[in-house]
Formats: sequence, structure tokens, C-alpha cells
Amino acid sequence: MLKIARWSGQALFYAAAALLTGTFASWPSWSRLPEGAAQITVAFIHAGARKEACRKLSAEEIAQLPPRARRPSDCGRERVPLRFALVLDGRPIVARTLPPGGVLGDGPSRFYEKLMVAAGRHQLALQMADSGRLEGFDYEQYFEVDLRPGQNLAIDFQPDRGGFVMR
Amino acid sequence: MTRMRAIVRAGFDRAEALLGLAFPPAWNPLLNLGGLGFFFFWIVTASGIYLYIFFDTGVTQAYESVEYMTREQWYVAGVMRSFHRYASDALVIAAGLHLLREFGQDRYRGVRWFSWVTGVFVFGLVFVAGITGYWLVWDRLAQYVAIVISEWLDALGIFGEPIARNFMAPSALDDRFFTLMVFIHIAVPLLALILMWVHLQRISKPKINPPRGLAVGAFLSLLILSLIHPATSQPPADLATVPDPVALDWFYLAAFPLLEILPGPLSWGTALFLVALALAIPWLPPMRLPRPARVDLANCNGCGRCFADCPYNAITMVPRSDGAPFSAQARVNPSLCVRCGICAGACPTAMPFRRARELSPGIDLPDLSIASLRDRVEAEGARLAGRGRIMVFGCAHGVPLEGLASERVGVVRLACAGQLPPAFVDYVLSEGLADGVLVTGCAENACHARFGIAWSEARFARTRDPQLRKRVPAERLKTCWAGRLGRPVLAAELASFAHELEALPQLAPRQPKRGLLGRTKVEHA
Repeated sequence: MLKIARWSGQALFYAAAALLTGTFASWPSWSRLPEGAAQITVAFIHAGARKEACRKLSAEEIAQLPPRARRPSDCGRERVPLRFALVLDGRPIVARTLPPGGVLGDGPSRFYEKLMVAAGRHQLALQMADSGRLEGFDYEQYFEVDLRPGQNLAIDFQPDRGGFVMR
Repeated sequence: MTRMRAIVRAGFDRAEALLGLAFPPAWNPLLNLGGLGFFFFWIVTASGIYLYIFFDTGVTQAYESVEYMTREQWYVAGVMRSFHRYASDALVIAAGLHLLREFGQDRYRGVRWFSWVTGVFVFGLVFVAGITGYWLVWDRLAQYVAIVISEWLDALGIFGEPIARNFMAPSALDDRFFTLMVFIHIAVPLLALILMWVHLQRISKPKINPPRGLAVGAFLSLLILSLIHPATSQPPADLATVPDPVALDWFYLAAFPLLEILPGPLSWGTALFLVALALAIPWLPPMRLPRPARVDLANCNGCGRCFADCPYNAITMVPRSDGAPFSAQARVNPSLCVRCGICAGACPTAMPFRRARELSPGIDLPDLSIASLRDRVEAEGARLAGRGRIMVFGCAHGVPLEGLASERVGVVRLACAGQLPPAFVDYVLSEGLADGVLVTGCAENACHARFGIAWSEARFARTRDPQLRKRVPAERLKTCWAGRLGRPVLAAELASFAHELEALPQLAPRQPKRGLLGRTKVEHA
């Protein structure tokens, strides 16, 4: 009798362990996105203009350089910060100055942000200044989007394709 | 920290006792966590090799190949996939409990820091391997894992281009990424396996396999779970949608919602703090240990019994250095010695009968020497009176011995039950210091110093040197492996043992006759 009870106890333990493992391997679900919401992901990497304009080197200056380092102009490495803004339905959602990357400030600026918005139609204005100008923007684009619930709208910045692109 | 340890230890003590109602001590799952961890690791490895045959690395092919295994070939590959998933979860559970139990047992500080630190690294690698595994399926869960991990890594700000950009739109991802993930998913477990081997380097005779009965039980429970509730994929990853809601494997991904919600600096700060704490915990505070075992060459004949019995590889046999006519001598590595005294219990020169010279065995604990134990035995023996006198030898980690001493019960505390040379049992009875001897300690199969119980039982059963002398009457020796919660069990054992001893002829206390070599002539009254 005791033996049967012990075997039953072992079976109970294995069943409980299996139940625990099987349950928490996929339950409960995790949700962060509110019901009926969509997401806009803005992510880009872009280098601003050089902080100092390139200076053309004279023939004497070029001659003084080691042969392998001779170049027509001398350019400062540091780049200007970007100014980026996102306006959703007339409301400014993002207005950020993005410093250049790298220890010396000579790398591209980066931006990555996810915005939760209600699904449906929206007016999007995307603005970017990469020339160092303090007023106005070098790129300014307007989009009308219709977002489904749960949709992820990806926005990238590709100057060779005209600026902001939906992906 | 002491209080936290006590709480954890008490919890495990109760759980072990509860499982002890159903499992024999050798099969108790909580007493085989390390072996179970290895067992689950092998299941994960074997099932993973099978799954790799059918797995296809590609943005769309990955999901399709996993679906093929799950749906079309459910009877083998599907079961293997479920094994792979659930054994991975069981591995995390076993490894986590193993770490927690060692913490509660205070077996992570002092010389044991090495096993703790390597164990923490193994635990971390198991997590990395599991997380990359979820990534490979490329379903919504994989998409969620990929995004959260890459965003978290991007928060470091050390990558030129945000990794998370790779998961922002379907066109951003290519097949080579999966090849990389497969490589990581194979390389990390291999690294974990190497570290698991390193983890075991400071112990002798490691238990890397659970007992067969437990292994069969664990295997069957995984098999039944795999058949009743097979692991399946969530809908395929779609970077144009948000993976929400997502069914998480909470054993591996419990921290992911926090990583998602908390700002990068806070989540990184918390993670680094927890890792640093886990690695530094053996020194918070440092363990104050008594002096390690010491070899007395004048009495060491190089027999190697201490070397054979040491549970922590702290003793090596090296060529003789003192010119004595023996081939070897024992050498103690203090950085490995846990001060359990099992070596002294194994030493054939730990003879309490010896009177001609100072009692100094070939190897001994300086702060709890064999000579001091004999003094204590004699003092306790002199105090006992009446019929059914019992000399209790108890270890420092088993049944609490406080308040146990009485007119008929003498108590001698050991570092570990294995510290007791069997000759002491003979000594107590031959000298008439008590009518019986009871050796108690940790719960069976749960010895704090790993082999104290096993070696004691084998020595008393005369199957391991140094053996209990045949003249010791079996009815006057009892063992009681009751553990920390076993005071009532010990009390009952003592009462029944005293009753049994009362029925036997009383051993009269007497002045021993001593020979030239310190041998005592045995005379039972």
C-alpha cells in the first residue's frame, strides 16, 4: 500500500512538473499595444553636412604632403547635428536635435523610435535639416496614411530616394 | 545575506522532505538538480541535432521547415521539437533551482567560489542559447524576441547602425541572418558544455547523470507533455505588423517585457548590476573558514585513502619528500579544501586507542582535530550514567544537536559525518564510554560535503577502508540521516535505540589496559 502511495506521489510530481513546464512555456500572453492601435517605427541613419567647408589646397601645400596623403582639399571631420521633427495630425510628436555619432563627432546621426497611434487615417509631416541651418528644413514631406490595427508602418530616410520613405 | 540563505535553505529543506515522502532519497529530484540539468542538456542536444537535419535557413524557409516538422512529421520531428522546447525549459528550471539550492546551503563561498562563478556563466549561456533558438523559428514570437533584443543592444549606442533597423520592414532582412543565428545557436551550447566541464573541475566523482529511475520519470513526463501539448509555432513573422499580443515562454523571456518598457540605461544598469551581484556574491561577505586539513608526514604512510575519499579533489598524492620508506605522501591544496574532515575520517592512523604518543593522524583538521574529538568523547562518556547510554556523533549541517545532551546521551559534533574514523565507534564501546553509538547528519543523499554519508555507511558496512572492526556489535551502532528538519525523527530513533540497548548487557566504564603499541585490549563487560 505504501509502495503504491509512493509511486502515485512520484506520478503526481511528474504531472505537476509537466503541467508547470507546458503552461508557462507559452502562457500568459504579453501585450503592450492597446486595442485598435497601430505603430509607426521611424528609424534612420544619416550624416549631416560637414561642420567646416572643405578648403582647396594649393599646389605647394599638396607637394608638402607625403606622397600617399596628397589630396586636393582639406576637410574637417566634424559634422553638424540633424534636426528632425514629426508632426502627426498637426500635433508635433517628435522634435529632436540628433548629434553626430563617433567620438570625434564625425559619424552619422541615428534615430530609432516607435510611436503608438490609433489605427485609421492620419496626416504625417516629416521634416529634416541636415545642412546645419538653424531655421527651416532641408527636407519636408507630407504623407497621408491609413493604418490598420496592429500595423507597423516603417519610415526610413534615404536621401538618394528623395528623403523619407515608407517601407 | 545570512537571513536570506536561511529562508532559502528552509524552503528547500521542506520541499526536499515533502518530495522525500514519494521518492527514495537517491531519486529525490531536488537532490539531483545538477544531474538533471545535464540530462536535460543531452535531450536538448540530441533533439536539436535531429531538428537541424530538417531546418532550413531562410526568411521564409525557416518558418516553413519548422511547420513541416511540426505538422507533416509530427510523429518524430514534431515530438523532437517539443522535446527540444520543454527540455530547454526544464534545463532552466533545474539549473536555476540548483543555483538557488547551493546558495541556501552556503556552498558558494570560500573555496567553492569557482563552482559558483562558472555556474553563473553556464546559466547565462543557457539563456543566450534558448533565446537564439526562439529566434530561428521566425514566427511572431521570434519577431518579438528579435526586435526587443536588438533594441536593447542598440540602447548601448556602440553600434554604427541600429540593429533594430533590420527588423523594421520585410525588405530589411535577408537569409544570411538566419545562418548567423544557427551558428550562434550551436556555438553557444558548445561553449556552455565546455564551461559545464570546467564547472565540475573542483569536485571528485561528479554526478553528471541522474539515477536511472529519476531519468526515466523525467523522460516520460517530457514525452507525455510533448504528445499531449506539442510545441507549435505562432503565426509567421510579419515585419509589417506589430507582434502583439505574443505568447511568451516565461522561463526564458520573463525579462523581455521589462526590457521593452524600461529605458535603455535603466535596463542595462539593472542587468549589469544583477550580473555583477551574481558573480560577486561569494565574497559578500567572504567566508571565514577554519584552517584547512594538514598533513603530518610523521604519521602519513601514503596509503591514499584520504586522496580516494576527498570529495573536492583537494588532496593529491605526491612523491615522498621526507625519506620515509613509503612511495607517496598526501598533499592538501588549501584553495580546494572545504574543511569537511572526511580525509581525517579516512586516515588509518586516526586511532583513538593510541596512547603511547600524541594522537596525531597523518591528515587532520587543525581546528577540529581527531585528538580533540577523543577528548570530547571521553568527557561526554564520563558524564553519562544509567542504562542505554548513547554517544551521538553529529555533523554541523544535519540535525541541530543543541539541547540533545542528557544524562544518557552524549553529543560530539563533527565537521561532517565522514570525519568520524570508524575506530571511534570501537573506542566508545570498548572503553565502555556508552552502550551504543548513533551517527547522525544530513538527510540521506543530501550530504553537505557530498560523500560524508556514503563513505560512513560504507566504512560501517566494512566495504570501504578504513573499515569498522568486526568485533563491534552491529546492534550497538545506528545511523540516522535525518537532515535539518529531522529532530523529531532523531528523538524517536534515540528513544527506540536506548530501549534496545537497555535489553543488552551494559558496557561498564573502565580503565583501559594499554599495550606497548597503544593498542587496547578489548573487554566487553
